[in-house]
Amino acid sequence: MIHALLLLLACQLVGEVTSRALGLPLPGPVLGMLLMLGILVTVPKASALMRPVAGFILANLSLLFVPAGVGVVAYLGVLRQDGLAILLAVALSTVAAIVVGALAFTAVARMTGNSE
Amino acid sequence: MTDIWSYLTQGPLLWLTLTLAAFAVADAISRAAGRSPLANPVMLSVVVLGTLLWASSTPYPVYFEGAQFVHFLLGPATVALALPIRDNLRHVGRAALPLAAALIAGSATAAVTAVGIGWAMGLDGEILASLAPKSATAPVAIGISETIGGLPTLTAVLVLLTGMIGAITVTPMMNGLGITDWRARGFAVGVAAHGIGTARAFQVNPVAGAFAGLGMGLNAIATAFIAPWALGLFE
Repeated sequence: MIHALLLLLACQLVGEVTSRALGLPLPGPVLGMLLMLGILVTVPKASALMRPVAGFILANLSLLFVPAGVGVVAYLGVLRQDGLAILLAVALSTVAAIVVGALAFTAVARMTGNSE
Repeated sequence: MTDIWSYLTQGPLLWLTLTLAAFAVADAISRAAGRSPLANPVMLSVVVLGTLLWASSTPYPVYFEGAQFVHFLLGPATVALALPIRDNLRHVGRAALPLAAALIAGSATAAVTAVGIGWAMGLDGEILASLAPKSATAPVAIGISETIGGLPTLTAVLVLLTGMIGAITVTPMMNGLGITDWRARGFAVGVAAHGIGTARAFQVNPVAGAFAGLGMGLNAIATAFIAPWALGLFE
């Protein structure tokens, strides 16, 4: 448990330091994820070590967005002026991106004989 | 009574407890509703906590003092996504071409349509720049927004809004379009609606969840290049 937590935080720490030191456009946690993926691929035992902690965090992933989400309510006043335009832009673009992404995946999967 | 209240408002205990309590209730409602997309636990928790803040005239920074412990875990959670990706690496290697196509198409659609619709509706430059990276995960989107002249706080709000809209709409939309491939469904929502979409995908199917996490991670990289380009189209 402690070892898994330590590995998780250490990957993020290395990611944050690397991202800042090299001025990369990628944020630390994403670099940390790539580092962790590298460890999981090269050290077969690491997956079993990480599974309880990673499973617990990912099973409750929605909870982690609540504090930032409450910020939405705090900024509602600011959004009032351009609210409709912003809401339309966000909603339509998100829906369009999901549809286009999923259709692109299935179309190319079919072309390359990769359907499931 | 006043003493107890002033004690509680000075430490993180009250709002941390209420954040977990609101989520526990919201998650129970979501479960009771058969994980219906309309009973999204993030949205329900936000409504409950927002109402509590408003009713108690608590400023957001005071709330965040307590909630920051939960917020901090977003970083370790992003790192932890490596495990489901590792578990599905076999599928990922086989699906390299569909993944690349869906990443570029989904990421470009998100940025170009967001900026395009905002531009057509007369939004100004700062707000357009805040819109461009909103499909990327929060820490990435905020960094990109700053770089291209947006408002980081507004971007944080737009990122959350994007996630909630994606999480609510993805299941009925995919069912309506008859897309049954869990890889396509998960990856598309991860690219378009980052971690909140990924959390939704994990609720529905583990393969969809892993592909959503992959989509979120890859779009964090892609958005760094696509958002400035999309903004440039309308300036």
